[in-house]
Amino acid sequence: MDWKGRDVISVRDFSKEDIEFVLKTAEWLEDELKEKGSLDYARGKILATLFFEPSTRTRLSFESAMHRLGGSVIGFSSASSTSVKKGESLADTIKTVEQYSDVIVIRHPMEGAARLAAEVAEIPVINAGDGSNQHPTQTLLDIYTIKRAFGKIDGLTIGLLGDLKYGRTVHSLAEALAFYDVELYLISPELLRMPKHIIEELREKGVRVHETTDLKGTIPELDLLYVTRIQRERFPDEEEYLKVKGSYQVNCSLLENAKEGLKVMHPLPRVDEIHPEVDKSEHALYFRQVFSGVPVRMALLGLTLGVLG
Amino acid sequence: MPELKIEVIPEGTVIDHIPAGKWPKVVEILRLTKPNGGTLLIASNVPSKKLGRKDIVKVEGRYLSEEEVNKIALIAPNATVNIVKDYKIVEKFKVEIPDEIVGILTCPNPNCVSNHEHVLPKFHVESREPLKLRCHYCERTVEGDEILGNL
Repeated sequence: MDWKGRDVISVRDFSKEDIEFVLKTAEWLEDELKEKGSLDYARGKILATLFFEPSTRTRLSFESAMHRLGGSVIGFSSASSTSVKKGESLADTIKTVEQYSDVIVIRHPMEGAARLAAEVAEIPVINAGDGSNQHPTQTLLDIYTIKRAFGKIDGLTIGLLGDLKYGRTVHSLAEALAFYDVELYLISPELLRMPKHIIEELREKGVRVHETTDLKGTIPELDLLYVTRIQRERFPDEEEYLKVKGSYQVNCSLLENAKEGLKVMHPLPRVDEIHPEVDKSEHALYFRQVFSGVPVRMALLGLTLGVLG
Repeated sequence: MPELKIEVIPEGTVIDHIPAGKWPKVVEILRLTKPNGGTLLIASNVPSKKLGRKDIVKVEGRYLSEEEVNKIALIAPNATVNIVKDYKIVEKFKVEIPDEIVGILTCPNPNCVSNHEHVLPKFHVESREPLKLRCHYCERTVEGDEILGNL
């Protein structure tokens, strides 16, 4: 499978085979790292991380992945320190940065920014989040985490909880899960329901989808609960946010009704959606999820650079 | 069915089979009322075998570009365009919704990059019946009145 020079913009661009190939490469890299400590597949290659919007976790994860592959990193972590503040267009920023680097990772507050960047750039562009649209690398690491934890994805009953309206991680994850034989429970306040067009698409692809506001009643059905933060910064109206703030909290008493093997995931950062007491329980999978970011992003960087595969 | 009493035009374009009531949108997006435009003849709510009722727009001295025809297809997917020269129909074709709609419709998502950067808005046709488009950039789907409102 030829990934050299390919852009990673949206889960919509992937086939199931693409996803499986990335996961297999990540798994192989994870084992290699365990065995050798550090790798040098990307020696001499430079990653540019263009974070027009702050995100410590995703940025550090990409940087760590590039360093672990033996490459190096340049970039910025907020638009305020760049020529964008002087009015430079996104296209010009990309055309400039590609002169300094071999692969670009971009996070941008506007939906579609990564697609535009990929059209402008000659080198591969990886989307690290564009507004409330897509976050494909998060989705791949989520799928990787699920597969590592359960040994499979087919046959699982999965609950997506929280901000299903603005949450790009759950949009992308739901689209990727549609490649598998899963049953989905979409649990959210009425105001934050999953967009209709995504639900329609899931159903068209044969996913059994249930919408509910009842977390407690749904918990016993689930093999996996994917929790998301209700993101204050995505609400156009503060009053709307206040109506739904703190709608759900996952704690040990709620999990008493869960299946023994239930796993809880969260793209992090969390605010109050998961009580810290859950961290020590066998249910917590969210820190393993953070760990998965590195091998999955190593796989994507290595494949798109053409130094792996 | 009684014969329609709509004046023939010597030169220009006749757009037929517009869904009844949609003629104002056709006139608006083709800017047919701008000063120095040709004579404009409109027939609305006309009986039609195909549509039940339909609108017809005739514009004198004006021929349509491909872009304009594509715009009409978004409002009136069954419309036919007749090119008239010297009182005769010299060309007749059905409008067709292309697979990609470029530079015609703006994205209704205010946070879409296509509304902020120098880039032509682009949509992929997801479904023709009912018409459903997906923004190439922000990936949001657009349908119904949202399409008409953003032409």
